Amino acid sequence: MAEPQRARPKPTPETQHFWDGTKAGELRLQRCDACAHVYFPPRPFCPSCASRKVSIFKASGKGFLYSYVINHRPAAPGFTPPYAIAVVELAEGPRMMSNIIDCPQTPEALELDMKLEVAFQALDDKITLPVFRPAKG
Amino acid sequence: MRRNQVAVVGAAETTELGVVPNASQLQLHADAALNAIADAGLKLSDIDGFATAVETPQQVCHYLGIKPTWVDGTSVGGCSFMLHVRHAAAAIEAGLCKTVLITHAESGKSMIGKAPRSIPADSLQGQFEAPFGVYGPPSMFPIPVLRFMKTYGITHEQLAAVAVVQREWAAKNPRAMMKDPITVADVLNSRMIAYPFRLLQCCLVTDGGGALILTSADRARDFPRKPVYIMGTGESVETPMVSQMETFNSSRAFKTAGPLAFKEAGIAHKDVDHLMIYDAFAHLPLFGLGDLGFMPHEETGKFIADGNTRPGGKLPLNTNGGGLSYMHSGMYGMYALQESVRQMRGIAPAQVPNAKISVCHGVGGMFAASGTIVFTNER
Ligand SMILES: [Zn+2]
Repeated sequence: MAEPQRARPKPTPETQHFWDGTKAGELRLQRCDACAHVYFPPRPFCPSCASRKVSIFKASGKGFLYSYVINHRPAAPGFTPPYAIAVVELAEGPRMMSNIIDCPQTPEALELDMKLEVAFQALDDKITLPVFRPAKG
Repeated sequence: MRRNQVAVVGAAETTELGVVPNASQLQLHADAALNAIADAGLKLSDIDGFATAVETPQQVCHYLGIKPTWVDGTSVGGCSFMLHVRHAAAAIEAGLCKTVLITHAESGKSMIGKAPRSIPADSLQGQFEAPFGVYGPPSMFPIPVLRFMKTYGITHEQLAAVAVVQREWAAKNPRAMMKDPITVADVLNSRMIAYPFRLLQCCLVTDGGGALILTSADRARDFPRKPVYIMGTGESVETPMVSQMETFNSSRAFKTAGPLAFKEAGIAHKDVDHLMIYDAFAHLPLFGLGDLGFMPHEETGKFIADGNTRPGGKLPLNTNGGGLSYMHSGMYGMYALQESVRQMRGIAPAQVPNAKISVCHGVGGMFAASGTIVFTNER
């Protein structure tokens, strides 16, 4: 029997650009052309003013550690505990759930507000996940 | 809605709580419903309005043999029953029905006749949360805690005290699952589940159910039990994704539902004799005390650690032992409502003397939804 697999996202028409972006090594967000609101997760209209005129852009990939848990049990399929489940606040404003790589998964190493930068982790030839690592410098 | 126009005239939990391996989830609904109908001195044929969550109204109505003219299948997680109470009160006032039965049941431990919860891979949660290793409420609900602690200077010891105090209440309750006293050290030394939370800061997983019967306050006088009036109500939803909450320093759904209920009831915080705040995890009473406006969030940890919510304290909170020590079948809101009704009837195992106003505040999902009910035993 195959190893239990990590949950694999299945894009929809509204989110395809995001997953195309991570595969191409870009973190893509959306900005409203009418009111300049930047938002996530993806949708083809502005959740602040309802305008359908929105643009996709490449985000800086910079952010900070907003909060997290270090999950011990039960572990999700495909994960070896303990592992941190983080919420990152992006420089552009939106927050997203992610994992922190290149960093011990301990309360001492994972300091709230630490600066992070995006990295990309290929799950397979179709899906690449955005993850974050401590920012250099 | 106008206050005190609708009353709870029947309230009961399932005959057994805890581990109930001899009943399906649907049968637990029926058991709770039959107990509540007996409590109210009614017949099944008297019920013309029905509400439930997770199971559909058609499923439970058909099983029980109820022929309703008003139904509500609002299913927003564990506070769905607070919303049912609010909706039922409005429906009764509007004349859509006369006597509403609300049921909850969950075979949370034994998993008999219970559909598994699953997250579709193409939902927003499936795309933007599940791939990062969230796996059930213990890995999701505590995600805001570290930010909340840093913002307000809340300590690990204060968050451990929540479980200690609730165990004190549970010790007074023969039906509570966990009754042995615990200390802050016990909590902080219990098995790590999802840092910063340990086993004793996470809710139980049990089987059980409960049911309520509501009718107009005018009719309520003719029932065998002391009526418990619906004084104020509030509800809201925010987001099914914990990562997308507006802030981890409070819950927008709490801050909407709570004040709505207080305003409708026309009460101030000092008027509250008894309080229930749905405690799936130890941080929820702190969010609740702050978001409902009892005190600034900064003071909530100290308030609980200092003993203000324990037996004999000035604000008795979660007097059945809560989801941490009483029971938690998965959707605890019904048990919080049952305890508020018992307190207002004056029959709770850990009765608050002369309690006249009870506030019952619920959460659904991971801060996804909220419902608040203010009860009183005086019209
Ligand atoms: Zn806009």
